[in-house]
Amino acid sequence: MRSLSAVPIRLAQSLRSFGYIWRSLRRSRQGTIGLLIVIVHMFIAVASPYIVPYSHHDIDGKNRLAAPSVEHPFGTDSFGRDLFTRVLLGGRAAIGVALLAAAIAVLWGGLLGILLAFIGGRVDEVAMRLIDALLAIPGLLVVLLVVAALGTGFGVLTLTLGYAYGVSTVRVARGAALAYVASDFITAARARGERKTNIVMRELIPNLLDVLLVEYVMRASWALTAISSLSYLGFGIAPPTPDWGRMVFENQVILAVHPWGTLFPVLALASLIIGINLAGDALSKAIGLDRSQEAPT
Amino acid sequence: MSQKLLEVEGLTTGFRARAGQFVKVVRNVSLSMGRGETLGLVGESGCGKTTFGMTLLGHLRPGGQVLAGSVRFEGVDLFSLAPHELASIRGQRVAVIPQSASSALTPTMRVGEQIAEVLALHLGLAGAESQERVLDLLTQVHLPQVEELVRRFPHELSGGQLQRVAIAMGLAGTPELLVLDEPTTGLDVTTQAHILDLLREIQESTGTAMLYISHDMGAIARVCDRLAVMYAGEIVEDGGIAEVFADPVHPYTRGLLGSVPRLSYAGLPQAMAGRPPAPGQDALGCAFVPRCAFADETCKTVDPILEPTDRAGTIPHLVQCHHWQRVVASGTSGQMQDLKAGIDQGLQPEPLLDLAEVDITYAKRGLAALVARWRGEPEPPLTVSSFTITIHRGETLALVGESGSGKSTIARTIAGLLPPRAGRIDFGGQDLASTVESRPAKMHHRIQIIFQNPDASLNPRHTVKQILDAPLRLYFEMDQKGRLDRSGALLEEVRLTPQYLERHPGQLSGGEKQRVAVARAFAAEPDLVLCDEVTSALDVSVQAAVLELLAGLQADRGAAYLFISHDLAVVRAIADRVAVLYQGRICEVGPVADIYAPPYHPYTETLLAAVPEPVPGARAQLLAKDVQEAEPPARGCCFQRRCPRRIGSICDDETPPSQFASDGHVIRCHIPLEELRESQVDLISAANIPTHGIVADGQ
Ligand SMILES: Nc1ncnc2c1ncn2[C@@H]1O[C@H](COP(=O)(O)OP(=O)(O)OP(=O)(O)O)[C@@H](O)[C@H]1O
Ligand code: SF4
Ligand code: SF4
Ligand SMILES: [Mg+2]
Repeated sequence: MRSLSAVPIRLAQSLRSFGYIWRSLRRSRQGTIGLLIVIVHMFIAVASPYIVPYSHHDIDGKNRLAAPSVEHPFGTDSFGRDLFTRVLLGGRAAIGVALLAAAIAVLWGGLLGILLAFIGGRVDEVAMRLIDALLAIPGLLVVLLVVAALGTGFGVLTLTLGYAYGVSTVRVARGAALAYVASDFITAARARGERKTNIVMRELIPNLLDVLLVEYVMRASWALTAISSLSYLGFGIAPPTPDWGRMVFENQVILAVHPWGTLFPVLALASLIIGINLAGDALSKAIGLDRSQEAPT
Repeated sequence: MSQKLLEVEGLTTGFRARAGQFVKVVRNVSLSMGRGETLGLVGESGCGKTTFGMTLLGHLRPGGQVLAGSVRFEGVDLFSLAPHELASIRGQRVAVIPQSASSALTPTMRVGEQIAEVLALHLGLAGAESQERVLDLLTQVHLPQVEELVRRFPHELSGGQLQRVAIAMGLAGTPELLVLDEPTTGLDVTTQAHILDLLREIQESTGTAMLYISHDMGAIARVCDRLAVMYAGEIVEDGGIAEVFADPVHPYTRGLLGSVPRLSYAGLPQAMAGRPPAPGQDALGCAFVPRCAFADETCKTVDPILEPTDRAGTIPHLVQCHHWQRVVASGTSGQMQDLKAGIDQGLQPEPLLDLAEVDITYAKRGLAALVARWRGEPEPPLTVSSFTITIHRGETLALVGESGSGKSTIARTIAGLLPPRAGRIDFGGQDLASTVESRPAKMHHRIQIIFQNPDASLNPRHTVKQILDAPLRLYFEMDQKGRLDRSGALLEEVRLTPQYLERHPGQLSGGEKQRVAVARAFAAEPDLVLCDEVTSALDVSVQAAVLELLAGLQADRGAAYLFISHDLAVVRAIADRVAVLYQGRICEVGPVADIYAPPYHPYTETLLAAVPEPVPGARAQLLAKDVQEAEPPARGCCFQRRCPRRIGSICDDETPPSQFASDGHVIRCHIPLEELRESQVDLISAANIPTHGIVADGQ
């Protein structure tokens, strides 16, 4: 029990060394810009319900397909709904799903990868074969199948994406953990007679927190892209909840006559994804990993 | 021809720190080298030796810059040359042999091709001419079967052979100056002795000048004519090797020489206090002030300059110290201390750990072993075979032998990390289970292990407090406050202060890290501490301090040590008994005094003869061949293939008998003890006298 209560403290102590990562992140101009973009988006996602001028389903019947004006800064859509309101609110669901799905992915994938590296031997070998087999199935395909079968609830989306990204996180976490498993300080802990849970929690995980952090940021960025694509295809966030991907789909047919309905959601989505990637790249450079080689699944 | 080969004048180099500020690494160094001269450069780690050595090739590490002075090679200032001009000098007329031979060689390229590449680059050789030269070079460095060897990849060579290939590559351009950066660090004594001998021979036959960078005084004494001592980026003493060794005038040189353990003395030298200043701490006056017993107000305010002394000698003897006359007048330096003085020898020895007929193998187990057998793969020979030994309470048993002899393997087995294939292990009169997991929790604290490399054995994410807390939390019922107090007290015991509790390992020096590792082991209040090469990653000055600490703790706590080392001088200082291991088999075991006097087992004799004593002119006795055996022979004596005294087929066929030379002193050899005693010289006292190889065999 003692060891469990110590976990938060230990986590905080390990996070203190992130002060250094934070500083090197800030030193890179791209990292700083990315971080700023992400912060602005997060602020909007949290605060938008309190600051939007209209409700997302309010219809202004006289002003359909209006161009930007003082009344409607981004214009209105074909129903006469305020686009500014819908764009501000349109990221909330997708960001929520992405953050949660990435957290689930890193939690189970990271933990499993670390454990496999630690256990090693036959168990590791068999499990990794299995993971490789799962990796051979494209993640998005799995998500599509599940969504087609179970419908597009918030929970279904989060869990399936969390599963799909977790599979590749297993590999990353295992690889990172392998570098430490054979090191003398782990051997020292084993020779001391430490219990296995203690070795993993106290000795191994603190050394992997930074890798997992980068992993989380990158997975969140990919998950966001995935959800928006799904929404665009009609398998993601379901109406009436406003969503960028869905808005692009709804408004693209009238792109030529009324570009605003497509332009603003695209800008919002693109800026967030670019922001996360800039921050993520700077973050991984700051802690000596380079993820630019790796492709999303 | 009056021109010197190399002239360095007032050289100052630095690295850019922040905005316009430089951290000076090499400071105002003036030094010259004549043709064919061999100059040794010594100093503790971080003193700027490598940085200086690289400037002789006109090379600076990224961010480095020459702030003042010049390096002239045959009158040409290297740092004023255009890149292509520099390239024609570098590698050809000045070559470097780096510390780690394996890093200098490309792992995926055959060694012959790599040398040919150098030849093509510098001499424009190609085809048959190049091939011939490659074979010549490899023969020159005494590699065997060169025609076959050129086709091997670096990983198919032993450490000593790799270093020879690296030397051959350095020689490929027939350079006039060779810069050698710690070329033998990390090699076995026997291999090292062969490499040193080779260097001396090359120097004599080709007349190549050499700058030999090392912290190993013994190696320097063997190779060099002249010695320069570097401290905090400055040359503090420079003179003929014999003069400097016999009569060092700078307090730092005295400290360094004094902290080298000597085979010829049964004690450990006095550790030098303090450590070198970190680069960038430029203070007024002499940089050595904080560590100097002779320092006074003048030293703190006036920079000493490098000036000639009036000492006689063939080479001018220079020193940078205000008070060198006083230093000389103060008499001899470096007293030896008897590490075992504090330990009560009167007690009846009580066995603590008993290993009987232990076999250890890294071969596959269980299902994998069955599969391997079914596929007809031959079973690999035992890494350790019939290992029998007793460690008594409070004693230090040293385990010596070359790399790969199975020393660490035995420690891992005792620690319960690698179960033995066969045999019995008793601890404190009870059977000891073969894995940590199967040992009772109450047992765990009694056996502790300290590793060679403290960088790897301390978790970089933990603070010293967390590191010391781990064993306390695990083994003792203590509250948090109690554990914190105990951690502080432990730090005091290893001569650190409780201020260190909040630091991470990255914020400690090598010696400090190893002290923390020692403190962690002693936090458990162990009966037995397994020390695996605990000082070999440390500077001599730090090594002496850590050994002193270990001896002191043993005197206070009465713990027994299994002390694994390849340094026979250190072993002589710290051990009570010694076991000599070859290919996982014990050749000789006995009390320390008996091991270091004839009769020796032929393998012990080989090891002792190879130790480089810091005595100028002394040369290694290369008794056995420089080969690393991949696996032990199936029958007979384990040392048969390399033994210089092999008596015939009996050695190949029959296991040598255990002969008792005295109480508890066993030698496993077919040669009768009397015969061994008569034919062997006392290598310890002989080590002081320059000698030449009896059976020189450079292969
Ligand atoms: N994990 C392993 N798997 C297979 N073989 C191993 C393993 N570890 C060590 N060996 C082999 O066992 C033998 C003994 O190795 P060990 O590390 O015990 O030697 P050592 O005497 O401690 O050497 P050194 O002085 O270099 O530390 C060597 O031949 C080595 O290659
Ligand atoms: S100058 Fe002074 S401080 Fe420096 S070495 Fe000489 S006596 Fe010591
Ligand atoms: S038994 Fe033979 S081979 Fe072995 S050490 Fe003795 S003489 Fe040498
Ligand atoms: Mg070892």
